[in-house]
Amino acid sequence: MKIIVTNKEYSIDEKITNILDALEYIKTHHNSSLGFSYGCKSGICGSCAIRVNGIEKLSCISNINNNDIIEPLKNIPILKDLIVDNSNIELKLKQSKAYLHNKSNEPISQNDVDSIDRASNCILCNSCYSSCPVFEINQNFLGPFALNKSYRYIKDKKESNSKEQFDAIQISGIWDCTLCGACSLVCPQNIDIKTNIMQLQNLSVQNGYSNPYFTNSGFDMVF
Amino acid sequence: MNRVIIVGSGGAALSCAIVLKQRNIDVTIITKTMPSASATAQAQGGINAALNKNDSIQEHIKDTMKAAKSYANEDIVKFMCENAPETIKWLDDLGVAFSRDTNNNIAQRFLGGASHKRACYSSDYTGLKILHTLYDIAISLDIQFIYDTMLLNIIKDHNEAKGITALDLRTMEVKQFLASKIIIATGGYAGVYLNHTTNSNYTTSDGISAAINCNIELQYLDFIQFHPTALKLPNKHILISESARGEGGILITSDGKRFVDELAPRDVVAKAIYDKIKNKEDVFLDLRKLGYKKIISLMPQEYKLVKTFTNLELDKDIIPIIPSSHYSMGGIKVNKECETSLTNLYAIGEVSCNTVHGINRLGGNSLLEIITFGKYLGTILDIQNVDVLEKDYKEFIQDVQYINTLYTIQNQKNISDLKQDFGNILYHNVGIDKNKEKLLQAKQKLLQIEEDIQLLGATNKEKIYNIEIKEIIEFKNMVTTAKEIVATSLERIK
Repeated sequence: MKIIVTNKEYSIDEKITNILDALEYIKTHHNSSLGFSYGCKSGICGSCAIRVNGIEKLSCISNINNNDIIEPLKNIPILKDLIVDNSNIELKLKQSKAYLHNKSNEPISQNDVDSIDRASNCILCNSCYSSCPVFEINQNFLGPFALNKSYRYIKDKKESNSKEQFDAIQISGIWDCTLCGACSLVCPQNIDIKTNIMQLQNLSVQNGYSNPYFTNSGFDMVF
Repeated sequence: MNRVIIVGSGGAALSCAIVLKQRNIDVTIITKTMPSASATAQAQGGINAALNKNDSIQEHIKDTMKAAKSYANEDIVKFMCENAPETIKWLDDLGVAFSRDTNNNIAQRFLGGASHKRACYSSDYTGLKILHTLYDIAISLDIQFIYDTMLLNIIKDHNEAKGITALDLRTMEVKQFLASKIIIATGGYAGVYLNHTTNSNYTTSDGISAAINCNIELQYLDFIQFHPTALKLPNKHILISESARGEGGILITSDGKRFVDELAPRDVVAKAIYDKIKNKEDVFLDLRKLGYKKIISLMPQEYKLVKTFTNLELDKDIIPIIPSSHYSMGGIKVNKECETSLTNLYAIGEVSCNTVHGINRLGGNSLLEIITFGKYLGTILDIQNVDVLEKDYKEFIQDVQYINTLYTIQNQKNISDLKQDFGNILYHNVGIDKNKEKLLQAKQKLLQIEEDIQLLGATNKEKIYNIEIKEIIEFKNMVTTAKEIVATSLERIK
């Protein structure tokens, strides 16, 4: 079997079915300095996200196919081969102010927990960030994982006042998202990030915010 | 100087940093990887606390002491168990989405060795949700993180810790970080059982190795827990949480017969499985009677992993399993206050050994331990201005030389082959079934591997994220630790 990793073609053992195993094979047999990251080997630490034929995947839990093209994530500086600089994660989470601000004393039911369960399964693998087309025109965009995290805390019944979280996602945030859904498609945790961002837009409107693009270009246009 | 550095970024490190920062103490986290890649995020089953009125703190203490088999300090166990309800409340208040029961109380499940349903959980992502909540809070508090920076050595001067040396992987420069207090929270060392471990690839015992180099006292290094149920794959082991058995899963051989109480402590179950495998019998986990709906709601992660790696389905198939090196009870010797044998040096989390797990840790007690003592150290750490002279310490000078050497040595060995041999000898000779003869064989083999490591060098001389240099250092750390595990095991057999 042949695969291409960062523009170089390698032949690998036909018995190999897993992408991480294929990368290990290349490192052992062809290129001992091939740079790639992995940790848990079970899809939970988010370290091994890469692109396979242009689609973001976790190498540890993905299958390999003949002629697959393996590349590093997009929209993030590359450190070495498939290893990227993940420091955008802290930066974007900080800007989104996504954490529990004001704890309420409301009782929490399992239904309440279920409502944020999927969103709180994010592993910060940066796959969604890589898949997002908005970064091509706006580097300041908060991006999918940060907005998903914001949704997780705004929807949390434990939060009694979400004003700061709402304020933090209005500029270069929810209204800049094109709702293309690429993030939802690539999320290894099956989080429907696009729908969560749409919900944030609805919740924002309900809380008195408005879409700045809509307001500025809106109804006074002459058709 | 009055700053604190914490090396590592898992649950213990973040808990400690959060409390320190809330006390307005300047704290910096230095970490090889991202917090999300820590072992905490891998913990699935739960975190123990006697919350239910049928349960009691006394019984939590009793169960913990029973599994620990007289190797635990009861005062420290008592402290952990008494504080457990408060620890859960702290996490819940920070935002951890614990599952709820029908009365809106935090739901609890059985884990092995527990006399009651005591493990609070969040489906089977308990550790993940705790870790990410702590990281969110740490970011909100402006705690400084230095990523991609790997611990090399502890700087010791006049019998006091003054800081650490670390390798900045982005530039391959050795740096020294000086501080008034240094906290080691680099995680455990069960990962040295390469290819026979549920641990992450990042768990390379960097902290233990640095402690050994600095002659810091260790304890119970031979106490390594083998998790009974890892998914058996040709070149790796993938954890299947104890909650699978806690919820009613059984263990069977090919003939469908059970052979052990599935909820006995982990060492008992792992040994029973190992004995079967030694007799060339296959062992399987059988969850079929739980049904798809229950499995998918309680163990979504397990279902997905098993399907991904084996194409088997937990509700329809029996799953081949094998015991796997999972957790290190031993580590850097500390007291209840997390103090090591070196002044101004502290250790928390899996890298430390305050004895609470004794010879065998109960499921649900590891998350409890890391949060309890991380938080406690953050609360009690006495910060005074400590005079740390700014100069190039000997550890820094030596490490700069060492890294330069790795760049100049011509590589003469295949590190992958060496690592495979290393993992195999540890699993088979220093694993579940140890005896003097096997340990002496392992000792000899490790000496040989240590010699071979001297012949490893980087083929690529680049200065950005040199993966070969990183791997050699990590492997050397693992061999350093493994030698101590063997020495401690031999001592105990004697």
